[in-house]
Amino acid sequence: MDRLNGYARRVPTWVVYGLGLVPLALLVWGAVQNSLGVDPVKAIEHRLGELGLQFLLASLAVTPLRRVGLNLLRFRRALGLLAFAYVSLHLVAWVWLDMGLRWAEVVADLWKRPYVILGMVGFLALLPLALTSTNAAIRRLGPKSWGRLHRLAYVAILAGVLHLVLLSKVWTAEVLVYAGLAVVLLGVRLLPRRSAQGRVPA
Amino acid sequence: RIEASPSTFSTDATPNTYEEITSYNNFYEFGTGKEDPALYSGGLTVDPWSVVIDGLVDKPGTYDLADLVKDQALEERIYRFRCVEAWSMVIPWIGFELSGILNRVGVQSGAKFVAFETLVRPEEMPGQQSRFIEWPYREGLRLDEAMHPLTLMATGLYGEPMPNQNGAPIRLVVPWKYGFKSIKSIVRISLVAEMPPTTWNMLQPSEYGFYANVNPTVDHPRWSQASERLVGSGLFAGRQDTLMFNGYEAEVAGLYAGQDLAVDY
Repeated sequence: MDRLNGYARRVPTWVVYGLGLVPLALLVWGAVQNSLGVDPVKAIEHRLGELGLQFLLASLAVTPLRRVGLNLLRFRRALGLLAFAYVSLHLVAWVWLDMGLRWAEVVADLWKRPYVILGMVGFLALLPLALTSTNAAIRRLGPKSWGRLHRLAYVAILAGVLHLVLLSKVWTAEVLVYAGLAVVLLGVRLLPRRSAQGRVPA
Repeated sequence: RIEASPSTFSTDATPNTYEEITSYNNFYEFGTGKEDPALYSGGLTVDPWSVVIDGLVDKPGTYDLADLVKDQALEERIYRFRCVEAWSMVIPWIGFELSGILNRVGVQSGAKFVAFETLVRPEEMPGQQSRFIEWPYREGLRLDEAMHPLTLMATGLYGEPMPNQNGAPIRLVVPWKYGFKSIKSIVRISLVAEMPPTTWNMLQPSEYGFYANVNPTVDHPRWSQASERLVGSGLFAGRQDTLMFNGYEAEVAGLYAGQDLAVDY
């Protein structure tokens, strides 16, 4: 584990940003090459949403992994910002490519479609997190309230996974995996911390 | 190529390509992904094929497919196809009217509905190895809907025999209803007195009614049905308005005179 932590310390964070944007580059390339299948709109929309969920889950895995000794805290901001970027692009793809900028229908959906509402809740929960992702913002807010604010990530992942569940017609393995991971990553946060670490539950 | 005469029921809209029609399918017997049917239906045995016709008919029996089709006049019908998921295509089917079969076997006076079943053969249909749907896939029509001249038994498309992923060797096409009504790979047709159970209605009755007529004013509980994306029209093509009865209002609205379509969805 110490060796892993040693390797992780030597990886610059820009590598994570770079690798995190590779799927986006592939998607753009696929769209240009027209190799995204018969329905590129759905393919783009679905892939962006999937990446948003994946990076959000990855960022939420950082704290539990630290509890078992693997320290990836340096990469959490990158993972979170990548999640926000993909969720934002997913929203743009929905409004523009899928809904064809039919604003009346967009607004109607935002008003009465639970899965659309949940998707928007997830996006809005991530927005303040992205805006306060700088060191300056952490200093200004103070680490305590910054930490409290960033628990909105829990809201975002719950909203995101429910959004996926509600738009699926049947329970597929994919849906079950995302829902399961989200439940596990949130659930471990409810476990009491080991006293061996010298912490007393507040 | 299959010989088929043109039909006045055909739309003059441009059909989707063969590639689009055969690689973007909902056929959960082969998996829930749109690409799964094209990938996993190659092993389906479609010859020999027979169809059981039973229930309230004069001549029940197990009919060999060739026998069932032999006296029917094949037509090319270019129909709009609207999925309940709010996408659509235009498809040049080859087939004959369902009424042709029903008249041949003799519908008895007590029959009010027609029930259909898809093949169950998990060893060739990998999606059937999971039980998220209670197989066989079932669909049904009211007798007047089944007898309507638009209602097609399709055995081909684009002049070719029906590809497996599109419901080989014989499937239903009801162009004014959401696509899931157009049951694929049919092995049983039963004339019955009561409204038969249908798969999506059994799974989620509040979302999928028995009638499932395309209707832009009656939304799916989870999404709007006011508009649709025409598959294959390009990244930035946006949407088109969904038409009442998928554009077949003049032909079929009379079937539902006096019915509240928000109740009978």
